[in-house]
Amino acid sequence: MNAAPVPREVHAELKGVTRIYPAVPGAGAKLPVHALGPIDLDLVRGEFFAVVGPSGCGKSTFLEVLAGLQKPTAGSVSFEGKPVGGHVPEGIGVVFQEDASFPWLTVWHNVAFGLRRNGVAAAEVRRRVEDAIAFMGLKDFAGAYPSQLSGGMRQRVCIARTLVLQPRLILLDEPFGALDAQTRLLMGDEVLRLWRRTGATVLLITHALDEAAMLADRIGAMSARPGRFIEIIATGWPRDRDSTIVGEAAFGEITGRLWERLRSESLKALGHSGVSAMAAE
Amino acid sequence: MTATRRAADTLILLVGLVVLWEILHRIAGETAMPAPLSTFAYLVHNLATPRFIANLTTTGLELGYALLLAYGIGLAVGVWLGAHRLSGAVGEPILVSLYSLPKITLYPVVLLIFGLGISGKVAFGALHGVLPVALLTTGAIRAIPPVYLRAARTLQLSPWQTITTVLLPAALPEVFTGLRIGFTVTLLGVLLGEMFASKEGLGAMIINALQLAQGEEMMTVAIVLFAFAALANGLLLFVEHRLRRI
Repeated sequence: MNAAPVPREVHAELKGVTRIYPAVPGAGAKLPVHALGPIDLDLVRGEFFAVVGPSGCGKSTFLEVLAGLQKPTAGSVSFEGKPVGGHVPEGIGVVFQEDASFPWLTVWHNVAFGLRRNGVAAAEVRRRVEDAIAFMGLKDFAGAYPSQLSGGMRQRVCIARTLVLQPRLILLDEPFGALDAQTRLLMGDEVLRLWRRTGATVLLITHALDEAAMLADRIGAMSARPGRFIEIIATGWPRDRDSTIVGEAAFGEITGRLWERLRSESLKALGHSGVSAMAAE
Repeated sequence: MTATRRAADTLILLVGLVVLWEILHRIAGETAMPAPLSTFAYLVHNLATPRFIANLTTTGLELGYALLLAYGIGLAVGVWLGAHRLSGAVGEPILVSLYSLPKITLYPVVLLIFGLGISGKVAFGALHGVLPVALLTTGAIRAIPPVYLRAARTLQLSPWQTITTVLLPAALPEVFTGLRIGFTVTLLGVLLGEMFASKEGLGAMIINALQLAQGEEMMTVAIVLFAFAALANGLLLFVEHRLRRI
């Protein structure tokens, strides 16, 4: 199962990226926390990359550093050849784990939000918003408020809100973590559809091995804290795929291999929470 | 549909209150509790008199100034304590304990500082209102989900845009709850102020009527205040519900 030969163009690059949270004696953090790295990673333009790892391993920190929401303690991040740091560059879109839809705006205005604040012409706003709303299957809910929608629907609103800005790199931070398993499979299909249509590079953070195995071209397995990539697995799926690949033999092989690598890390992470004070030298 | 149902609910409540009033009148007797009917007759005859209007104006003016102070100071303190972690950690418990104090015990001090005129009552009203406004504003700002800030940054908003288009609308419903409760207790403070050491205002009218055993006048003032407070509260509640999208 070889993927079609695509010209490899580095879209985002992380070099020796490390994140250490300093000690805050007053706020319960007596020791500095080494959350991440060092990490070296090249994201290839147009690929679907998934990051899996045990809880608390620094996956979200990784995403925030890549997005420019946090500065790395050491190392450098670049996006399309330009260094990232301090602010989120134009061209990167982020969908968060928490519901970030604004309850005081209708679905339509939520989706239009980012465009309006960035001085896009009204006709263009309309066109793009209607397109994104239709694409995410929110057409019948354009006038509804988020409080009237289910969690999955609200997450779609957030995806649509990111989509209208036409990001070239889309970062998804466990966007389906709060949804049930079946809805997650279906949302996975939608993400694949979105990835194919936009041609954007997608980075998905998830704790679900099957989700990573089903969606990604490459999967980075992250160690327990401090998060590092212990293995990067290429899945070799064709670009035109959907959730039905969960029935294929290769799918089982990939999840099996991921679990083999991550089992000991997950155990470490479990122990970490209880005895971290003693373990920290 | 809900509007008519709400109107019907209000009507039932009003009828219930009048019936309760009539029952109380029969039990307590004429001097303590005049009959609803004679009170309404008194109200119709006396509401438009210069004496009543002068007192109404005084109370209205005091309430207006007191609200201005309570809202202005309360919002400023609330935003400060909500946005600055250390100030909040120090200031909030102080405000909470002040809120639980019976402020009437401080009225002599207020009178000694501000005198017997209008300013004393304004200060006493504002003293009541400022605390809930500040406390609920602090809470409103703290309750803004942090993910909104991260979303604002990924949506390329400037700091000013973040404040006006994300933080403000996110905090507004709860801030409005503070303004509504602040209104009620400011009115309470102003009326309490008028009841002691004052010759003007609706509060003074009540005490005066009490001393002269004029039950109808007492109840007339009470009805006017009741109607005003209920109306204002209903209006603020309406705005609040619109903000909360209920």
